[in-house]
Amino acid sequence: MNPSERDPAREESTRPTQEVDRREFLKACSLLAPIILGVVRVPLLNAQESEGDDYDPSEHFYAMGIDVDKCIGCGQCVVACGTENDVPDEPYFFNTWVERYLIRTDGEVEVDSPNGGMEGFPPTTAEGDIRRSFFVPKLCNHCANPPCVQVCPVGATFKTEDGVVLVDDEYCIGCRYCIQACPYGARWLDPEKHVAAKCTFCYHRIVEGLVPACVEVCPTGARIFGEVERRATPLARFMRFNEVQVLKPHLNTEPKAYYANLDGEVR
Amino acid sequence: MAKFDPFRGTRVPQQVPRLVAVFAVAIIGLLVARYFLVPDTFGQLGHYRAAALDTIVAHEKKYAGQQACQLCHFQIMQKRLAGNHKGVGCESCHGPAATHVSDPAQIKPSIPSEREFCLRCHEYSPSRPTGFPQIDPVRHNPMSFCSNCHDPHAPEPPVIPGQCSACHGQIARQKAVSHHAGLECTTCHEAPEEHKVTPRLVRPTKPTERSFCGGCHARDADSPPHIPRINLRLHNPRYVCWQCHYPHYPETP
Repeated sequence: MNPSERDPAREESTRPTQEVDRREFLKACSLLAPIILGVVRVPLLNAQESEGDDYDPSEHFYAMGIDVDKCIGCGQCVVACGTENDVPDEPYFFNTWVERYLIRTDGEVEVDSPNGGMEGFPPTTAEGDIRRSFFVPKLCNHCANPPCVQVCPVGATFKTEDGVVLVDDEYCIGCRYCIQACPYGARWLDPEKHVAAKCTFCYHRIVEGLVPACVEVCPTGARIFGEVERRATPLARFMRFNEVQVLKPHLNTEPKAYYANLDGEVR
Repeated sequence: MAKFDPFRGTRVPQQVPRLVAVFAVAIIGLLVARYFLVPDTFGQLGHYRAAALDTIVAHEKKYAGQQACQLCHFQIMQKRLAGNHKGVGCESCHGPAATHVSDPAQIKPSIPSEREFCLRCHEYSPSRPTGFPQIDPVRHNPMSFCSNCHDPHAPEPPVIPGQCSACHGQIARQKAVSHHAGLECTTCHEAPEEHKVTPRLVRPTKPTERSFCGGCHARDADSPPHIPRINLRLHNPRYVCWQCHYPHYPETP
């Protein structure tokens, strides 16, 4: 019960008709209270439940976890991302891609990612010669201190309050500075629109409470989507139970793609 | 006349009013240009156009998410969640289904049946994590559809120990060309039946002592004479055998 809503009503009803005795007045108030509360409170409660209508970015802070030990290199994430975000079919444009690392017995490291891993990986040659091998999914790290945003001359790429780095398609002038600045190679120039493009964490999905397309289709749970700092999500558990690392920490970009079981050879 | 005149008594140089006029025009020009060129919502939330968020959020969804599938396909969902494909989202195999959700009668998602689709995940690759079920497509029932034997919504794991190699292909291949080729996996590991259902929760045993390897390789061991022997008491007693020798691919002595 909210006293501030009742007080003016009481004053108005008591002042003109002094004959009304206290008992009847309180009765009327108790009858009126549910109506007032109903009108004021119910829309508020509904607003909290449906996240899509009243999304509050200050309540979220998104990040992604990647368990390298679970990735099987099937490339479903690359396919799903391409479909969901209309990434052109031309080769070598990816929001997310999978790299295969091959470390030979003589210590030589080979990295390949044929078509981003979209069609899987061809069999390796000289199998006996392998010391270890694994897949590493990569994507925009959605840095908390993003170099791409710093260099944008027009303010077309930006960091949202909920921790996602996005590109304003209509405002980008296609100067490619951000593509040069990104140390993770996560950006590309859209060949048709001539604007910079990148992973959005499927922003249109996450504001509705869904997970990004790559996470939705990952068959082994190698990708874990969630939030850091603000809410309890699967990512918080993942970071508690694994020793997580980030890519290129020395660049001080504060990346928010957290890798578990990451090999020292991964760049 | 007590009118305030800051320049009283001093002579204003001729160029000053002109310069002031030029600066004023420049500043007014800049403000006018800013008024027309800077987008409406620029700077509302930060150094960017806040309206861009609306455009990005309005992007069309192609993947519906498995919560949407559950509403109609509850039974098949329950079946999948109880089986080994519990982590595999519906749209991982059936493709994007947002259009199917909006018009279930007309638009049907795909049902992949060809071997190549299953092999995307289950073909043997040395890069895949150990323990992930993999097959050699050339030897594993070629020309047969996967779904002839395996239910994709609740696939059954292979039988052990004959098929340890189904998951541990890398180890099996290495062992097959090593001096330990003749040894069964079960010679050294005991794999409980539950290991094939929950491979990471119930793990097979591993030898824990030097004396286990000593069973074949000690001086006094009761084993064929061609097996290399060591003196268990004197041969680097600080270490257990597998700290130097890899049992699945022991070096030639």
